[in-house]
Amino acid sequence: MQSERSENGSAFGSAPRVAGGKDIPLMDADDIRRAVTRIGHEIVEKNHGATDLALVGILTRGAPLAERLGAVLRQIEGVDVPVGRLDIGLYRDDYGVNPADRPGLAPTDIPFDVTDKRIVLVDEVLYTGRTVRAALSALLDLGRPACIMLAVLVDRGHRELPIRPDFVGKNVPTARDEHVKVLLQETDGDDAVLLVRSED
Amino acid sequence: MRHLLTLRETSQADIQYLLDTAYALREILERPVKKVPTLRGRAMITLFYENSTRTRTSFEMAAKIMSAEAINIAVGQSSVAKGESLKDTLLTLQSLKADCLVMRHSASGAAEFAANHSRIPIVNAGDGRHEHPTQGLLDMLTIRLHKGDLAGLTVAIVGDILHSRVARSDVWGLTKMGAKVRLVGPRTLLPADGDRLPVEIFDDLQAGIEGADVVNVLRLQTERMDKGLLPSIREYARLFGISPKSLRAAKPDVIVMHPGPLNRGVEISADVADGVGGIQSVIEEQVTNGVAVRMAVLYMLMGNAGSSQDEN
Repeated sequence: MQSERSENGSAFGSAPRVAGGKDIPLMDADDIRRAVTRIGHEIVEKNHGATDLALVGILTRGAPLAERLGAVLRQIEGVDVPVGRLDIGLYRDDYGVNPADRPGLAPTDIPFDVTDKRIVLVDEVLYTGRTVRAALSALLDLGRPACIMLAVLVDRGHRELPIRPDFVGKNVPTARDEHVKVLLQETDGDDAVLLVRSED
Repeated sequence: MRHLLTLRETSQADIQYLLDTAYALREILERPVKKVPTLRGRAMITLFYENSTRTRTSFEMAAKIMSAEAINIAVGQSSVAKGESLKDTLLTLQSLKADCLVMRHSASGAAEFAANHSRIPIVNAGDGRHEHPTQGLLDMLTIRLHKGDLAGLTVAIVGDILHSRVARSDVWGLTKMGAKVRLVGPRTLLPADGDRLPVEIFDDLQAGIEGADVVNVLRLQTERMDKGLLPSIREYARLFGISPKSLRAAKPDVIVMHPGPLNRGVEISADVADGVGGIQSVIEEQVTNGVAVRMAVLYMLMGNAGSSQDEN
């Protein structure tokens, strides 16, 4: 799958790409914190509260973002919104396309019944939309949510499917040969969003 | 990795990958609707020259949960009964465009022979007294779920080691992951090449399971009795049967495993098998974990189906 994750080295175990000195910072830790806080407010506003809400982070980096959104919602509304994590590996549309690739799987953990929930799907970068398509299929296999919304930290464009986000931290126009790298404290020891130019 | 033939020849990295993948896949077995679309359009054929219920059913469950087609060949009703050779059977099955062949055969090395003549992935579901790699993997997954890391654990395998392909796969898999393995049984049922395996050998049950974290009890294959390897079943049960009393030598949190089918009252007492009195019997979990492990194996090998065709 030509997804945002393959370049970010996230869900499938490859090392983060290192581009010597060519990374352009797009967001720092404070920017990320403000964006997550704002998205939290937008979620509450759009849903008229937090009733029946649930957050589902797409592994790897969507999961800590979902946890952070959960903390924001607790601050704003004073309720604990259930948070789950979803691995989309079994629902990718490119299984077996590149046999040398060996995508790892991590346990999906959705500790609530998705049926009738208003679910906010959370990921770090929205790119082709194929990861989100896979996540939608995976979620719908678990039940029948009342609705599914999409929150992303960065939307970098280049959609290949009719998918759009409901909540966006930052819109970043990119070229296809550029990569958006999201670092999070929980997974990478640092909070930052970088634009990485390819080195050829 | 194109085939799964033995754990002896499977790398530590591949074993780790398969265990991690199986661990992630277990969650699907707890869902109300146990189905994911990953292997849609692919076909697994099971070809069993020896009897099996749980292994074959487990592979079928695994394939169907992953949305692959599962086709079983009953050898007794097939062209094998007309004298078709294993090689010709294989060539026919891959020409039917199967994506994976799961095979059990009474001859040690049959799976490797098949792999040498096959363009599609072969999974060894037991070859003679050689190996049964998916059983080894499910044993390792079960231990990991209870004990965490496999490294540093002491695993005692008790019983008919000589005829056991399970024991061999356990030995190679567990030692690769850093566990210490002991083989425990009467001398007539211990393998002649025991000194060439990376294990400690005991012909005394108490010494063999002392301090063990895991006791894996093997089925006493009573058909072996004809060969004069054991004086009587009753004596075997007294000296090597796993009972609450004999388990006292092991660690207090020992888990007891058995690959099935059970001979209650022979190699394992009913109380131990059923987990009476705080004994941790994990025999039923092994069966569930077997499905997850086979899902992982199919997931790993069927994704390679494209590469095997490229080579030809």
